[in-house]
Amino acid sequence: MKAASSLRRLRAMMVKETRQILRDPSAFLIAFVLPMTLLFLMGFGVNLDASKTRTGLSLQDDGAAAQSLAGAYAGSRYFDIRAVGSVRQLRERMVAGDIRAIIVIPPDFSRDTARGGGTIQVITDGSVPNMAAFIAAYSEGVRATWEASRAADAGRQPTPPIALSARFWFNPELASRNFLVPGSIAVVMTMIGSLLTALVVAREWERGTMEAIMATPVRMGELLVSKVLPYLALGLGSMALCAVVAVTVFGVPFRGSVGALIVISTIYLYPALCLGLFISAAFKNQFVASQVALLTAFLPTMLLSGWIFEISSMPAWLQGLTYAVPARYLIPQLLTVFLAGDDWLLFLPNMAVLFGFGSLLLFLCIRATRRRIA
Amino acid sequence: MARPVASARGVVKRFGEGAPPALDGVDLVVETGRMTGLVGPDGAGKTTLMRMLAGLVDPDAGEIRIEGCTPDEMDRSRIGYMPQRFGLYEDLSVSENLNLYADLRGLAENEREERFAMLLRFTDLARFQQRLAGNLSGGMKQKLGLACALVREPALLLLDEPSVGVDPVSRRELWAMVRELVGEGMGVLWSTAYLDEAEKCDSVYLLNEGGLLYDGPPGDLTGPLEGRVFRIALPEKSRRSTLRRALDDEAVADGTVHGDAVRLLMRKGGDVATVAKPSGADDAKPVPARPRFEDAFVDLLGGGPGGSSDLADAYRDIPPDDTPAIAADGLTKRFGDFTAAHDIRFTVGQGQVFGLLGPNGAGKSTTFKMLCGLLTPTEGSGAVAGYDLRHARAEVRQSLGYMAQKFSLYGDLSVRQNLDFFAGAYGLGGRRAREAIGQAIETFHLQRYLGQNAGGLPLGFKQRLALACAVLHQPPVIFLDEPTSGVDPIVRREFWTHINGLVERGVSVLVTTHFMEEAEYCDRIALIYRSEQIATGTPDELKAMAGDGDATMEDAFIALIEASDARREAA
Repeated sequence: MKAASSLRRLRAMMVKETRQILRDPSAFLIAFVLPMTLLFLMGFGVNLDASKTRTGLSLQDDGAAAQSLAGAYAGSRYFDIRAVGSVRQLRERMVAGDIRAIIVIPPDFSRDTARGGGTIQVITDGSVPNMAAFIAAYSEGVRATWEASRAADAGRQPTPPIALSARFWFNPELASRNFLVPGSIAVVMTMIGSLLTALVVAREWERGTMEAIMATPVRMGELLVSKVLPYLALGLGSMALCAVVAVTVFGVPFRGSVGALIVISTIYLYPALCLGLFISAAFKNQFVASQVALLTAFLPTMLLSGWIFEISSMPAWLQGLTYAVPARYLIPQLLTVFLAGDDWLLFLPNMAVLFGFGSLLLFLCIRATRRRIA
Repeated sequence: MARPVASARGVVKRFGEGAPPALDGVDLVVETGRMTGLVGPDGAGKTTLMRMLAGLVDPDAGEIRIEGCTPDEMDRSRIGYMPQRFGLYEDLSVSENLNLYADLRGLAENEREERFAMLLRFTDLARFQQRLAGNLSGGMKQKLGLACALVREPALLLLDEPSVGVDPVSRRELWAMVRELVGEGMGVLWSTAYLDEAEKCDSVYLLNEGGLLYDGPPGDLTGPLEGRVFRIALPEKSRRSTLRRALDDEAVADGTVHGDAVRLLMRKGGDVATVAKPSGADDAKPVPARPRFEDAFVDLLGGGPGGSSDLADAYRDIPPDDTPAIAADGLTKRFGDFTAAHDIRFTVGQGQVFGLLGPNGAGKSTTFKMLCGLLTPTEGSGAVAGYDLRHARAEVRQSLGYMAQKFSLYGDLSVRQNLDFFAGAYGLGGRRAREAIGQAIETFHLQRYLGQNAGGLPLGFKQRLALACAVLHQPPVIFLDEPTSGVDPIVRREFWTHINGLVERGVSVLVTTHFMEEAEYCDRIALIYRSEQIATGTPDELKAMAGDGDATMEDAFIALIEASDARREAA
């Protein structure tokens, strides 16, 4: 009898929640329009691969070696030599933004090269640090290739006797789209799990419906479950849509299993939903709840999950902080299930951590959700 | 037989350390078969006590019992609770809301059809079952809220300010419905800030600043005032000056302008014959009037404020002028298909108080905003202080002082910063600004609050500060939007003392209100209902339109609205 009436209350609350989701344009916006926007932005708009860099060349030596190296830069697929002249002239072009780098071949280069030395200078625009690092690496690559081919022409062994040959697995074209698109699923699920849930509960507080509901025999546990399950379903639906679009529109490979993807997503939504409920229980105001959700859920997922910015290149203290970001444990799973396949040895430890996060947040949430107004 | 269903004993509640208590040792009993009223101004502690009885707030001290149980043990399906905003899901339909609450309160499926049919008939909502709750009118929302609270017949019905902002017709209907429930043996607690509702309760608990001022039948409170309340009918010109002098008289405890008369409450032993009458009206005779609950409240608090206004004394004299201070000529505003105000026309002569009266959403604020130059009329024209609304908006705004609903102060700025800001906004600078601000601080006793944020002020001081800010530049015209909603009667009297004083100086006033008592202060009133101006006249002319010689403003309002609805249906 008791269980039956509890079940009936739970069903009633979930039916109500589902109707509200279906009628609320903001839920539709966050669950479907926003993910598609993000996906298309990441799939088409953003590209982290370096293409041809506009470069200036200051050739201060007219020896054969210097001419030959200049030719190597001009012919490289990484550099687009836009200007030639003195460093002073090129500096102005760099300030104006016409060129991103200056390669200086100094006056004594040919002579020094003949003696087995020879240095060049690469000046990059440090205000765009990512690109500066790329350019420095690429220009070193061009120089090394040039030196190797000269040595071969001269019949000598190339100076570094061990040749380094890089092969990139799983993403052989190194297309950033292949990890940006699956990774954006993490952002989408965070938005639905934490932001949308925080908003809908805070709205009930603001409109006074929470007060009316709490005065009925409904139990607090029923109230929590009735909020979690519909938004879990919504999160999974949105994830599925993203996955389908990722594979069909953007041609991202999917080498794992659908089952694994669903399990991974469900376990991630557990802490995400509990965080959303906890935020709204603690703040009870839509504006504050959305600010807190953006700060504690959305931004860390964007910045500290290893999705866009590699964790290993962060300062140590920041790396430490990333361990507290649930999405950090989701991104490797998502990338693996899309690009490599099911690897339960990798999945399980990450799932265990996420489950731990979820349980901690659920505990906080139950403590914060009391049948009291003040 | 009357049986107690809920009680509070010595309950105390404090929100935050060192804050004054929201409730301070209050006792209360709700019995079956009686309408129990919980009465008091905003901030008196009514909602806190309601929430305690609903088991949503724990008292710091004292105890709550519902049918003998503590709030933690009680059977919540035995309580029907309607919070202030009715607790409805606006994106669910009427029947979906009912079904939700039926499930939550455990109403069996087989009882549902009969119960719903009864509730829908009772609330007259049967035609609107499929309509979303958000698209119902205020009165219909209120009835649906009641139906949801009653969905499984409760032993205790808690109604937290069910009548706020609802038109008087719906208010009266709701009252009749709840009366019926009381007759069936339910325990009902009805909280309200309207003191006229208190008179109709069987038993009243009067709260003020967290303390219980009175409990018992309302008649026991007003009875002893019999013979101390009088009306003196006076011509329009001399009403305010007579009231001012009377209020400064030791023998008079309280007084208000009441339509075409001044209504006075004498102190014990005070003789009404000694009250000074204006020259030329020596034959005006004081007529004994029925004491009202509000008189009793003011008397309990030790009488109202004096009649002279420091604000008015320091105000400039507005030079007399024959052109109307405010003129509305066929003002109409449409938003898409919706007409928010239709063909509103009236003029306000200099030194007059004109009221726009009507329920929430009737079109009062729209009319107001057009006259302030904040909304462009779709049709029609208007003028304020002789400046045309269409061509001289800046001059219009400069010549009026505007006090918006809920006082529109900057809550995060201090009192001082608010004054500085409004002085700047009205173009006062340098010495003029300093003088005006200094004057305002002195007049409204703001000195000790200067550094405090306006958001944290007591309601009465917020209202004083809002008035101070609106008149810093001594405008000839003042617009007041719901100026005394929810404040206690003493603060309301003080406010009107200032306004009456300004009017004597030649200031013209436009005021919106849904508060019948406040309408009595007006020289003339336009009744706005469903975007139409359905009647215009002095308070007593409107009362006469209602037919009955002894009609109250509310009776007049209801009669005029019903006549308008009948015309609409006939058309």
